[in-house]
Amino acid sequence: MNIINFTPVPALIGGLILGLASVLLLISNGKIAGISGIAKGMFNSPDKAWRMFFIVGLILGGFGYHTLTSEELKTENILNIDLKLIIAAILVGSGTALGNGCTSGHGICGLSRRTKRSFVATCVFMAFGMLTVYLEKLF
Amino acid sequence: MKLLFALISGFLFGIGLSVSGMTDPHKVKGFLDITGNWDPSLALVMGGALLVGSILFPYITQKKKPLFESGFSLPTKNDIDKYIIIGPALFGIGWGLIGLCPGPAFANLLVAGKPIVVFTLVMLISKVVTDKLKT
Repeated sequence: MNIINFTPVPALIGGLILGLASVLLLISNGKIAGISGIAKGMFNSPDKAWRMFFIVGLILGGFGYHTLTSEELKTENILNIDLKLIIAAILVGSGTALGNGCTSGHGICGLSRRTKRSFVATCVFMAFGMLTVYLEKLF
Repeated sequence: MKLLFALISGFLFGIGLSVSGMTDPHKVKGFLDITGNWDPSLALVMGGALLVGSILFPYITQKKKPLFESGFSLPTKNDIDKYIIIGPALFGIGWGLIGLCPGPAFANLLVAGKPIVVFTLVMLISKVVTDKLKT
């Protein structure tokens, strides 16, 4: 194992901002900042308005940051519209729907609330993510 | 007021993801690549978020109600059923394949071109369809 591309300072600052964003949603709206749940609820929940505002904010936050910093977008380097992208999107969508959460809902908010369910969920998606990257390198 | 705060929370979340570098699928896959060229950044992102969250969440939820709502909407389920294993397992495979989870997909929506838009749309359809089938 070699450690490469490690960016501890932006990672920690970004993490603190993510924590604050989650805290702000909780103290103002009483809601959990789980992106998958918020997004899903835009379609099938009775309270759609705050969800749409949050998601619009999220989209604008990413847009605003990249516009202001004009940072090079590395995402284009490794993403193509191919079968892999579609399969991954289906798995991320159905997996987060079945497990009621993703990296934010279980990984940040759930663990902050110290729930057993979110701890199990986080361990499982981390493990399967690592296993997938490992297997992908073999083939 | 609550909608304004939902918007600001989302905006901050998007900034946080972008600052942390987690909008870059390459960095996420780098974190998952523990046996190869490992990029530990994601661990510090989680650490930073949990530092703030684990101190303030218990404090906030002790209050009777949030600022602009009549009550907290917190998940009440805490049992370990098959869905809490199967769901995150499927999510983990998709996450490992592409290095994108729902947050960064949205934060990247206007800045990373067509592949992200396609990913996000397929993800949303898959989410809604799965939810319909589940119930």
